[in-house]
Amino acid sequence: MRTVRPGLALLVLLLAMPAPGGAQRLKDLLYDPGPLPPVDSRLKVRPGETAPDFVLPSIRREKIRLSSFRGRLNVVLSFVPAAFTPVCSDQWPGYHLARPLFEEHEATLLGIAVDNLPALHAWTREMGDLWFPVLSDFWPHGKVASRYGLLRRDGTAERALVFIDKKGIIRDILVSDINKRPPLEQVAAALKKFGKR
Amino acid sequence: MTRLRRLLRLLPALLLAAALPAAGQGPPPGTLLPELPLPDPGDESARSYLGVTGPSGFTAAAIAADVLLIEIFSMYCPHCQREAPMVNEVFSRIEADPRLRGRVKMIGIGAGNTPFEVDYFRKTYGVRFPLFPDPDFRLHKRLGEVRTPYFIGVKLKSPQGPLVYCSRAGGAASAGELMKLLLSGSSLEPKESP
Repeated sequence: MRTVRPGLALLVLLLAMPAPGGAQRLKDLLYDPGPLPPVDSRLKVRPGETAPDFVLPSIRREKIRLSSFRGRLNVVLSFVPAAFTPVCSDQWPGYHLARPLFEEHEATLLGIAVDNLPALHAWTREMGDLWFPVLSDFWPHGKVASRYGLLRRDGTAERALVFIDKKGIIRDILVSDINKRPPLEQVAAALKKFGKR
Repeated sequence: MTRLRRLLRLLPALLLAAALPAAGQGPPPGTLLPELPLPDPGDESARSYLGVTGPSGFTAAAIAADVLLIEIFSMYCPHCQREAPMVNEVFSRIEADPRLRGRVKMIGIGAGNTPFEVDYFRKTYGVRFPLFPDPDFRLHKRLGEVRTPYFIGVKLKSPQGPLVYCSRAGGAASAGELMKLLLSGSSLEPKESP
């Protein structure tokens, strides 16, 4: 009787397993850091102040300057802690769906993470063709997050939303528990303060 | 002895094979649906569709149907967003089929979604079957913390109770294929292929 080759057996077993469907792909790549301290930084800006300007590279190979939106659009900065982590991987696809909500209030969104461009590119590919720029605050590491007081001690950013009006003034800041996604109604309520188109 | 060694070398692969299907799996076919307390759907047409009376809540097993299809989704899940038109098409096909209409009902559970978020998803995609929020993942936990989208088919009138006959992740190629997959084993399989 022929004996089974372990390598072949392993291949057969792997092939016999249910293949992950399209629905599973991004989630299969995620790293779950487990529960983290909800907030681990101290804000350096507050509502009523002029938002610190910055220039950051986007995954579409553009340089985005915050002040370039002045006089044209309200801006929402969405800082997320890290690519390929569970909550962050849901948040931007939700904002992708919620585009009309932002546009209703003449607002654009800038997604910001401290990861480098290749990682952000790979991570966001599975989210679809996001309508908003995804910016890398990688080098100098977390410089923008730090300027706003949103850089955590482990080098990741807070899960935070900064609402900046057309004059460049900060209207609202939401720093969420890093372990949870801020409910969309909170975003809607803050956008409402910009007024409608 | 050599054979035993070979078997031992296979052990990691066997363990891997045994462990993988268990992760994030929903209630297995052949088991009873866990109790799913649902809130009042909020409007009369949804109450009438489900055959429940308001304004207090009800359990999924109390829905007036032979077969209940449950989609676990999230408005934040890109795959749920992409599949939403296809799931809507399944609902339309069921409602258009005199053999299935009234006997097969559909509901959605928004895992981790607030009422506002579920409503946003409903309006964006024009979902016509009732969707329920599950902001604290309470129902999601009862259903095995599955990844989204996920579908569960239940025979509500089985003598044993609400019997799960289908439990699977999303990922079908077409509405016809999804409908076939979801109704296979329900005794109400669609007559036509896509």
